[in-house]
Amino acid sequence: MAEAVDLKAIGTRPVRPDGVEKVTGRANFGADLNLPGMLHGKILRSPHAHARIKSVDLSEALAVDGVLAAVAGEDIPGGGDLGDNVLAKEKVLYHGHAVAAVAARSAFIAEQALEKIKVEYEPLKPVLSIDDAIAAGATLVNESLHTNGDTSQPASNIAAITKFERGDVEKGLSDADVVVEGTYRVPTAHQGYIEPHACTATINEEGKATVWCCTQGQFDVRSMTANCLNKQVSDIRVIPSEIGGGFGGKTTIYLEPIAVKLSELSGRPVKMVMSREEVFRATGPTSATLCRVKVGAKSDGTITAATAWLAYEAGAFAGAPVGPGCMSVLAPYDLENFRIEGHDVLVNKPKVAAYRAPGAPQSMHAMECALDELARKLDMDPLDLRLKNAADEGTVAPYGPQFPAIGLRACLEAAKVHPNYTTPPAEGQGRGVAVGFWFNIGMQSSAEIRIAENGAVTIMEGSPDIGGSRASMCLMAAETLGIPYENINAHVGDTEATGYCNTTGGSRTTFATGMAVIEACEDIIAQCKERAALTWELDVDQVDWEDGQAVPKPGVNADVKPLSLADIARSAGRTGGPLLGRASLNAQGPGASFSVNWTDVEVDHETGKVDVKAFTAVQDAGRAIHPSYVEGQMQGGAVQGLGWALNEEYIYDADGVMENAGFLDYRVPVTSDMPMIDTQIVEVPNPSHPYGVRGVGETPIVAPLAATSNAVRDALGFRINDLPLSPPRVLASIDEND
Amino acid sequence: MAKVHISTTVNGQPMDVLVEPNDSLLDTLRDGLGLTGTKEGCATGDCGACSVMLDGRLVCSCLVLGAEAEGKTIDTIEGVADGDGLHVIQQKFLEHAALQCGICTPGFIVAAKALLEKNPNPDETTIRYWLAGNLCRCTGYDKIVRAVQDAADELASPA
Repeated sequence: MAEAVDLKAIGTRPVRPDGVEKVTGRANFGADLNLPGMLHGKILRSPHAHARIKSVDLSEALAVDGVLAAVAGEDIPGGGDLGDNVLAKEKVLYHGHAVAAVAARSAFIAEQALEKIKVEYEPLKPVLSIDDAIAAGATLVNESLHTNGDTSQPASNIAAITKFERGDVEKGLSDADVVVEGTYRVPTAHQGYIEPHACTATINEEGKATVWCCTQGQFDVRSMTANCLNKQVSDIRVIPSEIGGGFGGKTTIYLEPIAVKLSELSGRPVKMVMSREEVFRATGPTSATLCRVKVGAKSDGTITAATAWLAYEAGAFAGAPVGPGCMSVLAPYDLENFRIEGHDVLVNKPKVAAYRAPGAPQSMHAMECALDELARKLDMDPLDLRLKNAADEGTVAPYGPQFPAIGLRACLEAAKVHPNYTTPPAEGQGRGVAVGFWFNIGMQSSAEIRIAENGAVTIMEGSPDIGGSRASMCLMAAETLGIPYENINAHVGDTEATGYCNTTGGSRTTFATGMAVIEACEDIIAQCKERAALTWELDVDQVDWEDGQAVPKPGVNADVKPLSLADIARSAGRTGGPLLGRASLNAQGPGASFSVNWTDVEVDHETGKVDVKAFTAVQDAGRAIHPSYVEGQMQGGAVQGLGWALNEEYIYDADGVMENAGFLDYRVPVTSDMPMIDTQIVEVPNPSHPYGVRGVGETPIVAPLAATSNAVRDALGFRINDLPLSPPRVLASIDEND
Repeated sequence: MAKVHISTTVNGQPMDVLVEPNDSLLDTLRDGLGLTGTKEGCATGDCGACSVMLDGRLVCSCLVLGAEAEGKTIDTIEGVADGDGLHVIQQKFLEHAALQCGICTPGFIVAAKALLEKNPNPDETTIRYWLAGNLCRCTGYDKIVRAVQDAADELASPA
């Protein structure tokens, strides 16, 4: 692996290749496309959290002047749960669940036509919390759902139970000098991307559809849309627009099959754009959770056993991120004895979608709060407690694999000597510490490198760029090819313009697609060496590639001038045709990522408001390709985590209607709420990546929840277990503890 | 509903456009005039992605009717860069990596420009409160605030 000192492009901070388009308003996002003759589609949504659909009558809506098509559940025949979420079939399962849709000449006409659709409902009792869902005799969200598919047992709202166990937990706990336990609740939170979901679809007379949309994965949109409509993937081309935030929430589909079907029925392109209210009521969010944890330790801080009982709300369909919640809850620690049990619980709320490190923030909030209590009981520095038990290279992770080189210890040690840590919090403030973790993923990526006649390099890859990844692709290509960053551009191709790429998610893009870009560059270098050998009448193994040009190897007797990429490209027609490099791979060894966060807070005892005075994030990036965008991930994740810890939550009334479906009442952090977010990038190279990259995007949201809880605990002198630590909750707790 | 004829000035150019009486200024800019640089994040005035200048005043264009633009002057993100290149604020957003996805960026740049025209030397707190009407979900605001500080410094002492 290249040592940092040898790197020329990697680690620099150039302007991103798509930057000018984005600061001038030219960049086209999901809602920015308009086609001739285009119609506007709108969705009718359920007014009930749980009801049986007795009938849907579209006829009056279709009779409205300007309406050209309407659809209901039976028009989305496939896709399983996903199709049933796109348009409800027998039952509506949450308030806001899509029931029918129309396409009309204007959005205004479409909205008016929705009022003409007649739906008869038989309201059912909604299931609105984990406690209600798992209680004996609970109303069933899905009458044919059995836990872990075991039909010998009665139907249940628990879709799955997952267990991880090692050693002898009871003995471990009895060996402990100190035991702490607690129950922690984390509320439903939304990804909160600023760009609502949007797509435009058209389908021709041969049944070939084209879909433009904002997505994290055009290939998944293609297969999911095909499944919902019982079509082949080859019937659908998906063209990803620029994407205005996703955080996992744009890894699935909501609108696309409806838009395609409306286009098919009307013979016109159909554009669909969600309102912010629809985004809150019917997309995302992530699970509300109930976590019970218990940890025992010797007086020197050695953890002897830990248990975690986790329940995650899945929304109306199975699939809460409780698996990763279980797998991450103790991942930072080297433990002999533990027991983890996770429950995937159906409730009458929107189907959850991935949200940045899905499942980890909630379970690790509980465990990192418990560890804070443990450190207090042991009178230990919270970093020392974690150092005492930290996983390291060779540790067998609680979820199975043995860690290769990881950066947890390096992060903890960096934190211990960081001036923001060695300086105590200001008078009246509290400080909280927590550790974060995420697995990261590899999976499939493709990349092509095309060389123009002047030597300019175009990268074509398939990972929608959600936060500057095109800049990191160009940097890795510049490093590999040995040419200036400015000579390279990167593009995200549509499903017919680039090879298959898995979705941008799991912090995989810079790691896996980056690896494909590096290999495609190596393919170009191999071709350039062949072209140079041909030109010079040498054997290819007599040619080297150095600093962006072909040169004869040392000792080769050839009186020739080096050939640059531009030289070779200019004469490519005479040496075998255009230069085109390519690579496709299934990337292995994504490299687990760890972080340490701490924050200093002040609590207003009159209002209950928590002010974040300082926040520091230390994280192992393996190798920071573009350090500014790595810092940006750390800062953005920190503020999302702070928002979740302090204010964000879905608030429901007794009927299951979300009461705060807008940015005024679902309050994400604004500029004036936040301090600067200090960052320190630690680099423990990932042995599986040519430059040592680990994913960095998701880990940053994990630790802020517990760090904030622990800081408020420190400031108040007592703990509030549940999030968010919003003014009403904090004020009520202050009153109770007075 | 009969459409309303509006004469307005957008980014220094006189424009005529027909609007529905219930169209917002945001709809008019995006759909009527094809200026899609101004973004819709909420349509309720909470996110600032649709920030534009109306007669020199920073507004959320989703909260103004298109018909209200009659006889007014509107400046949008498309008019921030002059013919000679990027505005200093745009350049500083790029240099500081003050955008990740970029959907909020037009609104932030329009709002930051309005701030620096009113107060060329704002402190961090002033910047944070001025920009509190613009939501960014990606950056955590740190690099945005630094970009605006740097732009203010550069505008105060041109190289």
